Amino acid sequence: MSAHHSTMVAEGADRWLVREELHAQPGTMLGFWLYLMSDCLIFACLFAMYGVVGGNYAAGPSPKDLFELPLVAVNTAMLLFSSITYGFAMIEMQRRRVNATIGWLAVTGLFGLAFLGIELYEFHHLIHEGAGPQRSAFLSAFFTLVGTHGLHVSFGIVWLVTLIVQLKRWGLTDGTRRRLACLSMFWHFLDLIWIGVFTYVYLMGVLR
Amino acid sequence: MTPATAEPRSELATLLFGRLSLDSIPYHEPIILVTFAVAALAGISVLTWITRARAWGWLWRDWFCSIDHKKIGVMYMILGFVMLLRGFADAIMMRAQQAMAFGDAAGYLPPHHYDQIFTAHGVIMIFFVAMPFVTGLMNYVVPLQIGARDVAFPFLNNFSFWMTTAGAALVMASLFIGEFATTGWLAFPPLSGADYSPGVGVDYYIWALQIAGVGTLLSGINLLVTIVKMRAPGMGLMQMPVFTWTALCTNVLIVAAFPVLTAVLLLLGLDRTIGTNFFTNDFGGNPMMYVNMIWIWGHPEVYILILPLFGVFSEVVSTFSGKRLFGYTSMVYATVVITILSYLVWLHHFFTMGSGASVNSFFGITTMIISIPTGAKLFNWLFTMYRGRIRFELPMLWMMGFMFTFVVGGMTGVLLAVPPADFVLHNSLFLIAHFHNVIIGGVVFGVFAAISYWFPKVFGFKLDVFWGKVSFWCWQIGFLFAFMPLYVLGLMGVTRRVSHFEDMSLQPFFVVAAFGAVLIGCGILATLVQFYVSYQRREQLRDFTGDPWDGRTLEWATSSPPPDYNFAFTPRVHDIDAWWDMKRGGYVRPTSGFIAIHMPKGTAAGVILAGISAVVGFALIWHIWWLAVTGFVSLVGFAIFHTFNLKRDFHIPADEVTRVEDARTRALAAIGA
Repeated sequence: MSAHHSTMVAEGADRWLVREELHAQPGTMLGFWLYLMSDCLIFACLFAMYGVVGGNYAAGPSPKDLFELPLVAVNTAMLLFSSITYGFAMIEMQRRRVNATIGWLAVTGLFGLAFLGIELYEFHHLIHEGAGPQRSAFLSAFFTLVGTHGLHVSFGIVWLVTLIVQLKRWGLTDGTRRRLACLSMFWHFLDLIWIGVFTYVYLMGVLR
Repeated sequence: MTPATAEPRSELATLLFGRLSLDSIPYHEPIILVTFAVAALAGISVLTWITRARAWGWLWRDWFCSIDHKKIGVMYMILGFVMLLRGFADAIMMRAQQAMAFGDAAGYLPPHHYDQIFTAHGVIMIFFVAMPFVTGLMNYVVPLQIGARDVAFPFLNNFSFWMTTAGAALVMASLFIGEFATTGWLAFPPLSGADYSPGVGVDYYIWALQIAGVGTLLSGINLLVTIVKMRAPGMGLMQMPVFTWTALCTNVLIVAAFPVLTAVLLLLGLDRTIGTNFFTNDFGGNPMMYVNMIWIWGHPEVYILILPLFGVFSEVVSTFSGKRLFGYTSMVYATVVITILSYLVWLHHFFTMGSGASVNSFFGITTMIISIPTGAKLFNWLFTMYRGRIRFELPMLWMMGFMFTFVVGGMTGVLLAVPPADFVLHNSLFLIAHFHNVIIGGVVFGVFAAISYWFPKVFGFKLDVFWGKVSFWCWQIGFLFAFMPLYVLGLMGVTRRVSHFEDMSLQPFFVVAAFGAVLIGCGILATLVQFYVSYQRREQLRDFTGDPWDGRTLEWATSSPPPDYNFAFTPRVHDIDAWWDMKRGGYVRPTSGFIAIHMPKGTAAGVILAGISAVVGFALIWHIWWLAVTGFVSLVGFAIFHTFNLKRDFHIPADEVTRVEDARTRALAAIGA
């Protein structure tokens, strides 16, 4: 093996060592992907929990009694729009236009807030009707799955505001661009989870 | 109990302190009181010693805030050792109780206390002894083996360590404030639910593990990215040292298993705190979901613990046999196969819970299949030794002890994998003997092999051989005395977690087991003596070469202890045994032409964030809501504040590198190397 390689590098010392400064490959994106996949597993567990106990109403209300699809449709639209606008923010970032990036981020944040507002309204409404998380295993699983997603969105909005401040302060540096890309992945990831929630919890819930 | 509990608690007190009151301090239990006195005395003397040595600033700057993977690795090992003493104290208390409590004799531990002890023993030994040891070893060794200067996310590394420590601190706090869980180390509901465990014990369990779990997950991601992205030029995946390979697989397992633990403990916490019905008996809850999910994490977890030690044994056996490892490729594939299979066996932990014959057969067979790659590893190690020039240094001794012990544990494991046999042995002391057989014989012996192997790398001097041998033989013989009787008792049908027995004929077995535990205690003591003696004799044991064992992998290419930057120049790799290749290929250490080196900078953020997390955990355990909310908000606030800190790196100037390397050149010249 070594005999084979010895022909590749002529100089004695340089065969064994890198003499100049070696720049490590950036690992942030890979690391963030791994984090997202681990987060995805948390959601997988919550989905599995819902799949197993989602039909256990304990003589309480069922999805058919509770869910209002038009409201959920509006809510879904809010989140999907927010993903599109985040995409616009990333395009503006590629064009190196700070203010346009910030503008689209702000629009994204507003859509996110609208989503959260509607979700909180729905939760409030359900609890008011006596269909709180303590009522049955179905409702425990429902509130936890949807609520965990909602908490992620809230966290995303806090992060988004932080990034807007940092963009105003530092502009589009390598650091802020990397952070924008991470939040972008996070935001689209939440969209993907919501598609699952919308289909599996709401649509199939009303069908069952 | 006491008159104070009879008085109704004022609303203000509940608002301020939640469930916490003076009655939560177990001052009426003499055992805990004495333990507290001893712990407090030890703590105060350590603090006084540090203060008198004026070491606080040094400790804070150079260690607590350090993002150097080597220092963090050492801190993980220290955490593991401290918690080993606690976990072993629990073990010897259990052994003593079970040796005494027969017939009319009740023993010295009331059942409630005994239950806390066996729960704490399991939780501490797995989460706060084995995990810190394994993570510490990976942290220290992996970047050196792949020729990197640090891990991919150095700050995250520091944060991960302090989160693990915060979890450990919460478990320790439960000893003196309140109580710990009485549920067994996996806290199955409905026993761990609010109805049957209304106290704070299970909450301590949940929040200690959640906080430590964040640390474990982040360190898993960190090391994965490190191994994937930061290998020295020329080191392809199939040129990585086997320890790095096992570390890679272990971290894949961590990233893919710990989120499940987080999720399931979250659900249990919701059941207990806000009254949801995931795992309750009524309102549609399903306790079996908990058992399934916790073992979907739990089984990969045992491989998370053992795989890196398989890596250690591979390094040790090839070094001390003076040979290239036999079957490198098959070793790598065996590791990967075990990684995958570890996800397909979780149900063997509850064959008796009524899944039916077909499901049980599937999981029984997958479990037995795991023994094939594991067996392949054993043969690879044997063939490496075959016709090798074996040196029976301390690491090799632990390696031999492992081969002998682990094979027995593996065979009883295959026995338990047969579902009909498991119906007889389930929940018995046979099972206890089995997993201690593989965890002590595998993980603990592996950790000691690793410590005696890499100690000279970390501190620049070897460990004392005599006390190392005393420790080894105490452990090896003590293990046999402590656990062989448990196999017999298990076959006779004695169940685990029992604090009192009626059948007097069982007592001799428990007395023998207790004697074994005392021997193991001597082994631990001998290790502590070994550290002390080695430190005293450090000048005789000093190694100036940086390569005391005639090693094969890159960590031996640099000085002992390694400089902050690990390697003055990043090595180029042409062979699996890169350093061996360099030594044989005429590598000459450079003595000039050094350049400045880019390094990450230390920060207090990790300590602060983990400290706040511990406070939030404590508040959640005791239902002190105002503190939990305030703590959480400040946690998020501080994390955001930290993202505004951009001064995260610096350059070690070329002069400084030259100074360090010149010192090493002189040291090497002095010994004629």
